Order: sequence, then structure tokens, then C-alpha cells
Amino acid sequence: MATQAFRPCGDFKSSYAADQTIFPTAWSRNFCILGVVLVAAAPFLVDRYVLSLLIQIGYLGIAALGLNILVGFTGQISIGHAVFFGFGGFASCFLNGKAGIPPILSIPLAGLMTTAVGLVFGIPAARLKGLYLAIATLAAQFILLDFFGRAEWFTGGSNGTVADPVSLFGFKFDHDESFLYVVLFYVVVLYVAAANLMRTRDGRALVAVRDYYLAAEMMGVNLTKYRTLSFGISSFYAGIGGALYAHYLGFMSIEGLDISFSIQFLAMVIIGGLGSIMGTLMGTAFMVLLPQGVNFLARSLDGSAIDHALGLHEGLPFLREMAIGAAIILFLIFEPDGLAHRWKQIKAYWKLYPFSY
Amino acid sequence: MDFHLLFQLSMNGLIVGTLYGVVGMCFVLIYKASQIVNFAQGEFLLIGAWVCWWLLTKYQLPFVWGFLATLVFMMVFGFLLQVIVLRPMIGEPVISVIMMTIGLSIFFQALMKWIFGVLPQPYPPVFSVKSVDIFGLQVQTVYLMAMAVSLVIMIGFAWFFKMSRMGLAMRATSFDQQVAQSLGISVRQVFALSWAISAMVSAVAGVVVGVVNGVSSALSFFGIKVFPAVILGGLDSIVGSVLGGLIIGVLENWAQFADSQYLKWGNLYEIAPFYVLIVILMIKPYGLFGKRDIERV
Repeated sequence: MATQAFRPCGDFKSSYAADQTIFPTAWSRNFCILGVVLVAAAPFLVDRYVLSLLIQIGYLGIAALGLNILVGFTGQISIGHAVFFGFGGFASCFLNGKAGIPPILSIPLAGLMTTAVGLVFGIPAARLKGLYLAIATLAAQFILLDFFGRAEWFTGGSNGTVADPVSLFGFKFDHDESFLYVVLFYVVVLYVAAANLMRTRDGRALVAVRDYYLAAEMMGVNLTKYRTLSFGISSFYAGIGGALYAHYLGFMSIEGLDISFSIQFLAMVIIGGLGSIMGTLMGTAFMVLLPQGVNFLARSLDGSAIDHALGLHEGLPFLREMAIGAAIILFLIFEPDGLAHRWKQIKAYWKLYPFSY
Repeated sequence: MDFHLLFQLSMNGLIVGTLYGVVGMCFVLIYKASQIVNFAQGEFLLIGAWVCWWLLTKYQLPFVWGFLATLVFMMVFGFLLQVIVLRPMIGEPVISVIMMTIGLSIFFQALMKWIFGVLPQPYPPVFSVKSVDIFGLQVQTVYLMAMAVSLVIMIGFAWFFKMSRMGLAMRATSFDQQVAQSLGISVRQVFALSWAISAMVSAVAGVVVGVVNGVSSALSFFGIKVFPAVILGGLDSIVGSVLGGLIIGVLENWAQFADSQYLKWGNLYEIAPFYVLIVILMIKPYGLFGKRDIERV
């Protein structure tokens, strides 16, 4: 039944095609299409501030999806995702500024360059696992960030580099209204690609490596290959995200690429749900909107007794950081499977209402 | 070659190295007891140093009493942290536990910035004599205190684990939790106690660094610097962490020497330990004294 809105509990699929569909029901597919259409119509509906948030969710969501493929699907831990994001941005600026390649080509090329760097870091990483890998990527974070600050020919050093806006046939995507479509295009293509990847032999191999690496190896999965590959794929997504970021701002510098940015990516993945593709987008949206929520709360308390007692206004940047830390802690204690899991439960509740069993 | 500078830097390295060693010991203590890699170790230093500073400046307590009050506070803090936040995480995958300690680290770092501000604050002077003369080198009294305190802590750890009942229980737990439990050791108590001791001893290191350099959020970087030290020494070896701390401390100062005299790269002081970390992970991931149970894949 292709048109069913209701899915029975249990696994009643009788063909591989049914087991492997991207969208389990027609409704979930229509929902996604509706979402894309709504975002595409957003420039006519909402103001610029909301658009900038949407764009932010877009490019961060792409990079976070890369991390989710690495952490959620392959079970490798990386505390250095921000430097790959940064590398993508610098690579695109470099290709654009020094080699004169138009941004429309330099963004995917930057993704490929970041893949190469990720593979280089992935080869040693393939020999380590668990917390040793976490510590190795932590070292990579510091070493690469130091390299960015040093390599003036590539990154412009501490001054940063400028990036041209994306243009196609003379049309410049240099406003929030138009750049949204560039980001939307990449989000749709890369999210569908990731959903497809998980249906292929390679994607299932990644999941097998995560679930139990010894069993996976017994089944003939080449561990080194897939661990390295997942690093490469993850870096590709990070690179594309970073390149979009650079061309959106028109400027790229090492500011903000520090370890706390890497941790924010991890937070997006954890809050969204490890091993969930749509969850990644939810987690990214949560992390982008969280500081806004804190701002809003602080502003609504402006001038009140609490504000005077605690100095909310001066402490706002710290409050935002605290909110990130608290979100990670609370999600890990109360909802370790992330927003994707919660969303499933909400759906199940309404489907089965009023008989929840 | 400037031998005087090299000697002075080596001396600094040894002093900083003993502090790394102390923090590394605390880190290893938690790892051995509860298999948790604690990314919030640096925040223990930070919180301890700020609390002590606050007691000394706001209430004008004498140093000894303020220091002791800080230790008691940190012990309770570490205990509560384990019971409230980390006990629910037992049995969760590595990534979740790591993320939990990272979350704690972000939270407390921001909280400390919020409460105490971002500017470094100097401690009130603790010693009346500023520096003493040793072998023709001017050594600050606080540095000597740092060395002495670190040595006392290390001897204390050795006594605790070799002689005391609780220390033996902790070693038994880290060897095999089920066997320890069947011998009547409360594993939960051991976990909580390991966090309490770790927080307390880290706070000692935090106060010492605070007295030397002033308190600021830069203190929490110790928690990151401790990784090269403990990986070099072996994640589950207390002796190794001390030795690793000393080696990393001296090494980063030598890196600074090479940097300032010859290479002129800048920033090598901060980065050199991480290069060492990568090299160790490649050739000898279990470190100098660690147990060789890492499966190569």
C-alpha cells in the first residue's frame, strides 16, 4: 500500500524494495517535499533575520550530517570537525581568489580537497578506536588550527581571506533571499545522497562496523577501508558546509574555528539523534535556535529583579555557552536517542490515539 | 646557545611538569576507577582556584583556612557530580560518556566566566619572601611551594593506594568490578570517592597555578594539556601519568626554547605536546606504562 499513512508495528516488509525505500510512507515523502517547498517560498513569507537563521541551519546542517555519518553511522568519534569545516571554507576561498575558479565550481572542489585531507587524517585514525580516536582528533584540531594561522599563502593568516559571492550565468546570489536557494539546493542534494548511501552496500558496511567491528570483519567488511572512507565522506560534507559558509559571509578567517565549534557540531549530532539523517537537521536547528531562545528569555526579563540580581545582560554570552553545555547534559540524561526519537514517539502517540497500546 | 635560558626553561618545565603530573594522576584515577575519560578535569582546577580566591579576597580568610575550605567544597562537588550526573551514564557507549564530560566542561567554564568575569585575578600574596636563591637561579617561593605540594600529593597517592583500605578497594575495583563487588566492596562508593578525590586534588593544583599566575579561564586548558601527558605515560598508569607530565612539561619548554632561539615560528609552546600526542598514538598507543590491551585494527 503506497498511500498508507499508517504503519503497523513490527516489521512486515516482504520485499527488499520496501525495506530500502528512503521514505517509509507516502506521507513522510510528501512532508519532506512540503518542507522543501515551504523553505523555497520563505523569502516571500518571512523577514531577513529568519532567512539568515535558515541559511545558518542549512550550511551547519550539511557539516553536521557529515559528522553524523562518522559518529552515528560508523561509530568513530571526532572532536575536530570544525577544522575540516574551516578547511573547506579556506580551500574554496583559495581556489576562488588565487586560481580564479568561480565559486559555483570551487564549492564542490573545496569539498573534494577537504575529503583528501580527511582521508589523510583518517588513515591513522583507522588504526585507533573509541577514546583514543577522540584524543587523536583533539590533537588534529589543535594542529590544523595552528596550521591555518601559519599558512598565510592559503588562509591569509590572521587577517583571513575574502570570498566572492556565488554567481551563475551572471546572476549573483549575494543576498540572503537568493543565497537561500543555493544552500537549499546543497541541503537537498546532500541529504538525499546520505539517505541513499545508507541503502547501499557501503552504507550498511559502515553500520556493521559501528555495531560490532569484529563481526563486521568476519563478514568480510574491510575495516580499514570503511573507517577511512567514513572519515573522507564526513570531511566532504564538512568541506561543502564550510565553503557555503565562506561564500555566504564573503569572508573566511580562523576566528571561531576553535574546539568549542567542534563540540557544537557534536552537540547537534547528539541532540538530533545519532544515526538519524533527519534528526541531524533537527539537532542543527535546535543548536542554531538555542542561543536565540536564550537571548529572547534574557530580553523578556530585561529590567526585572532577576536581571538586576544576576546581571543577565552582561552575562549573555556566557549564558549562551552554558545553555549549550546544559542542553548536551540534559539530552544525554533524559533523551539519549535525540530529537529524532522524540519525534517518532510523538508521531506514534497521535497515530495510536486514544489507544496508546 | 643560551645555556642560562635553557636551564631556566628546563626548571620551569619541571615545575609545570609536576603540576601536569598531579592533574594527570587525578585524570588517571577517574579513568582507572570508572572508565570515564574526563574532559572536565581542567574545570576542576578552575573551580577550585576561583572558590579559594573568592574565600581569600571576599572573606579575608587566612590562606590555610581558605585552602582547606576549598578542598572540602571540591570533595563534595566531585562527589555530587558523580552521583547526580555521571551515575546515570554507567553502561552508556563511550561517545555518550565523553560528550557528557565535554558538556560539563562547557557548562562550568561558562558559569565561572559568568560569576567571576573573564579578567585574570591575582591571589593575595601568600609568602612574605618573594624568591630564593638556588644554585645561582632565582626561584620564586610559590614555585617551590608548587613542587613541594605536588610531591606531597604524589607521596599521599602512593600511600593511599598501597596502604589504606579504601585505596586497596579502589585498586581491586579497577582490576575487576565484579570480583570487587563479590568481595563486599561498594563499587558505587568507589566511583563516587574517585571523583571526589580527583576533584579535590585537581583543586590543589588549580590553587597553586592560581597563586603563581593568577586565576583566569586559561586554567581549564590544563585539562586539555593533560591528554598528551597521560597518553604518553599510559592511560591507566598513575606512575606513568606523573612521568608523562614531567616529560611534557620539560618538552614544551624546550620547544619554546628552540622556537625563540632558532625557528621563530611562534606558538610552538602550545602545539608541541599535540605533535607528541599524535606520534605516541601512532607508534605506542598504550604509552610507556599502560596495559597493552588496545586492539590494532
